[in-house]
Amino acid sequence: VIRTLTVFLAVALAAASPALAAQPRTSLPDGEDEVMCPSCKTPLNVAESPQAYRQREYIRSLVAQGLTKEQVKQRLVDEYGQDVLALPEDDGIGLAAYLVPVAAVAGLAALLVLLLPRWRRRARQQPVTAAAAGPTVSDAELRRLDEDLRRHDR
Amino acid sequence: VRRSVVPFVVVAATALVALLVYGLTATGESTTLDDAVVRGERPVAPTRALPKLGGGTGSLADYKGKPVVLNFWASWCEPCEAEAPALRRAQARLKRAGGTVLGVTVQDATPDSQRFAKEHSIDFPSLRDVDGELGKDYGRTGVPETFIIDRDGRVAAISRGQVDDKFFEDNLRRVL
Repeated sequence: VIRTLTVFLAVALAAASPALAAQPRTSLPDGEDEVMCPSCKTPLNVAESPQAYRQREYIRSLVAQGLTKEQVKQRLVDEYGQDVLALPEDDGIGLAAYLVPVAAVAGLAALLVLLLPRWRRRARQQPVTAAAAGPTVSDAELRRLDEDLRRHDR
Repeated sequence: VRRSVVPFVVVAATALVALLVYGLTATGESTTLDDAVVRGERPVAPTRALPKLGGGTGSLADYKGKPVVLNFWASWCEPCEAEAPALRRAQARLKRAGGTVLGVTVQDATPDSQRFAKEHSIDFPSLRDVDGELGKDYGRTGVPETFIIDRDGRVAAISRGQVDDKFFEDNLRRVL
């Protein structure tokens, strides 16, 4: 009985594995906005060109094979090159996309390092202004306040 | 504070303007080959080892000593479809002279390229310019584009667009 059950289980697993492998693990809309149509130089989800249609068909065929989103992207890179990823190039002018933000942050940090001590020094040197010391109250106003409080207590 | 910030702002603005100017000039199309051919010169045809459609690797350099028609194409490109019969006829002519048409697929999935080749009875070899580097060497701006290369590996004629029998009639005899 055990042997029959084992054989049955093995046959069932063997029959089920291709079906499991072909289960879609991603979809066209899921990754369409993360890849480019290389000839149109626009994201695939907004591209309308013969190449974009072909590329969508190709992605659908990969999805039908049960590939994950990352596997689909890798296959697209293998077929269409790095330009298919919605990433700037890492050479020439494309490098600016990576370097400019770093340079901007470094510049701002340098500016803060230079200016913060000055701002602190200036803040320490400034005398306490009248506004910072609070509003002044006249004697007449104080008397009126005392009367109001007394009336309120009664 | 304001006075000490000014130099930073000026430097940053200058750097940004310089970057923009560089970007505009560096990403322009290369017309080096076209200019040389127009002057009547025969510039050296760039070569690169690339994967072959159907497996293995190949290069234009493999055909040294033979006349070659280098044709950039893609299965999704309608003019490529229109020029396929003319390329087939050019291939027959080149074959008799020991040469070949050498296709280069551009931004095209392998199954699509193979289907296109089968549908249009293309019997010449094709390379796959996956990262577009060979295209950059040739100043490619689109598809189709065709380069006639002589036995010394030099560019004799260029077509930046669809070719026909007349183009081959006018230019092939210069390299055969």
